[in-house]
Amino acid sequence: MTDEQPIRVLIAKPGLDGHDRGAKVVARALRDAGMEVVYTGIRQTPEMIAEAALQEDVEVVGLSILSGAHAELFPRVVAALKERGINADEILLFAGGIIPDDDIPALKELGFQEIFRPGASTQDIIEFVRDWSAKQRDNGAKGEVAGGP
Amino acid sequence: MTAATGNGAEALSDGAADLVERLLAGDRRALARVISLVENRTGDGRAALGQLYQHTGKAHIVGITGGSGAGKSTLANALALELRKRDRTIGIVAVDPTSPFTHGAILGDRIRMQELAKDPQIFVRSMATRGEIGGLAAMTSDVASVLDAAGKDVVIIETVGAGQDEVEIASAAETTIVVLTPAGGDDVQAMKAGIMEIADVLVVNKADLPGADSLKALLLAATTSASRGRLETPILTTVATKREGITELTDAIDEHRQRIERSGERESLRLERARRQILALLRQRLLEEALRAPSLDGSLEELVRGVAERRLDPYTAAARLIAD
Ligand code: B12
Ligand SMILES: Nc1nc2c(ncn2[C@@H]2O[C@H](COP(=O)(O)OP(=O)(O)OP(=O)(O)O)[C@@H](O)[C@H]2O)c(=O)[nH]1
Ligand SMILES: [Mg+2]
Repeated sequence: MTDEQPIRVLIAKPGLDGHDRGAKVVARALRDAGMEVVYTGIRQTPEMIAEAALQEDVEVVGLSILSGAHAELFPRVVAALKERGINADEILLFAGGIIPDDDIPALKELGFQEIFRPGASTQDIIEFVRDWSAKQRDNGAKGEVAGGP
Repeated sequence: MTAATGNGAEALSDGAADLVERLLAGDRRALARVISLVENRTGDGRAALGQLYQHTGKAHIVGITGGSGAGKSTLANALALELRKRDRTIGIVAVDPTSPFTHGAILGDRIRMQELAKDPQIFVRSMATRGEIGGLAAMTSDVASVLDAAGKDVVIIETVGAGQDEVEIASAAETTIVVLTPAGGDDVQAMKAGIMEIADVLVVNKADLPGADSLKALLLAATTSASRGRLETPILTTVATKREGITELTDAIDEHRQRIERSGERESLRLERARRQILALLRQRLLEEALRAPSLDGSLEELVRGVAERRLDPYTAAARLIAD
């Protein structure tokens, strides 16, 4: 039964933003691509998201936001993750939603590897996650405990 | 490598040994990592379980089962909050189905457990069934054991549906709560499927909806005729979303545990579970070994064709595999 272990993903919506269609579309697309997607629902605080990432031991964390509050909330999510010993470069941190061009460099600087915006194809999103995971697993193939202590 | 346990299990890699140590010291990230090792059925996972097993046996394992959408996650959330008031620490394992077509899964039980994320004494883990025929019960039980070893006082296992799998998973629990709703037409179905027999506590959830009283009456009639001298299964009504009936439910769960402790049933449950676990693992290992034998190279396919074309009967085919 130890074929390929499914990629575990957390899809979360920080803040008071109620637009959840995009998050659900992405969650379903990743599910259909064979991944295990933990979906936490709307209205998540940065702490709740980081806590879910920790407990669920996911390798991918995707944030969805359409409210415009990303500049305020995303750094707090990164900080909450770090507080729990999860550095942005150990996982695939990425996001989607309504995010203006001008804001993207700062988010990349924070550790977000890609930002997908309205109209993004779910196929591209799936491939992005798969590519990252394949690279990660190649690198970490030395031992069974990825990442170590 | 000190423990008297873990003799038959693989050796623990240094990384995993460190994780086990940190888990026992209360590190939540290490706990999450060890659960993954176990869930992924790695050698390290088995070895870690071998080390952790001696620290298990303290937690009260509570199963929550019932039809899809019955309110299991909402109930688990309410129960956890009530148990925290009683100063108990909590682990939750929430199982959702893997799609048989894509092998992916959406694990959405956390949506109903939002409040729990703030409390470091509550650890929630979502799990996909991963199409493990018969193996799911073992895996759920193993993950529950890891939470037990991590010192959780109560471990709640949420499973979906009303089939054989659920009956099996519930067998990993000491106290099984079966959740029914007046809205679900699946209640009669549940009674047929043997779900009632595994219930230690019956819950009519969504009691704010019409039909709760008549469902309760129906259940009462069904359990009285089925109990035959056994202690009657308590039937409680709840409105999980409003946290109504949760104190009573928590009391009923605690009472059940005390009752089986006193009567010696807990001990016999443990023996039964241990036996089942050993036999299930044995079955799995023997099967894996038989199928991995080098002499088998290609011959399974030949035998399969032989049986399909009626040149061979399945008994002879299986016997040949063992003989080789
Ligand atoms: C539908 C919609 C609604 C629905 C939401 C229904 C729901 N449950 O989702 C309703 C009517 C409720 C609504 C309400 C509001 N809305 Co509205 N809404 C929209 C609209 C028209 C479409 C959004 C949508 O569902 N798209 C379809 C999905 C599939 O696309 P998506 O979310 O963009 O997701 C894709 C990508 O972005 C990406 N993606 C998204 N998330 C993620 C996550 C990850 C990890 C990845 C990899 C990719 C990814 O992949 C997806 C697939 O391509 C947009 C306009 C627009 N064109 O985007 C406005 C919009 C988002 N809404 C807006 C506003 C202002 C509001 C309201 C405040 C309006 C009001 N004054 O009442 C309220 C607030 C509600 C709330 N509680 O938050 C503004 C936001 C402005 C801003 N950010 O500066 C927009 C942009 C409209 C506008 N041009 O002004 N809205
Ligand atoms: N009216 C009412 N709705 C409830 C009650 N309890 C739960 N619900 C609602 O029922 C829906 C399903 O609840 P969940 O807790 O997700 O049910 P579940 O059994 O865990 O569902 P699955 O895990 O998907 O099988 C949600 O919309 C809840 O808000 C209740 O007591 N009354
Ligand atoms: Mg649920």
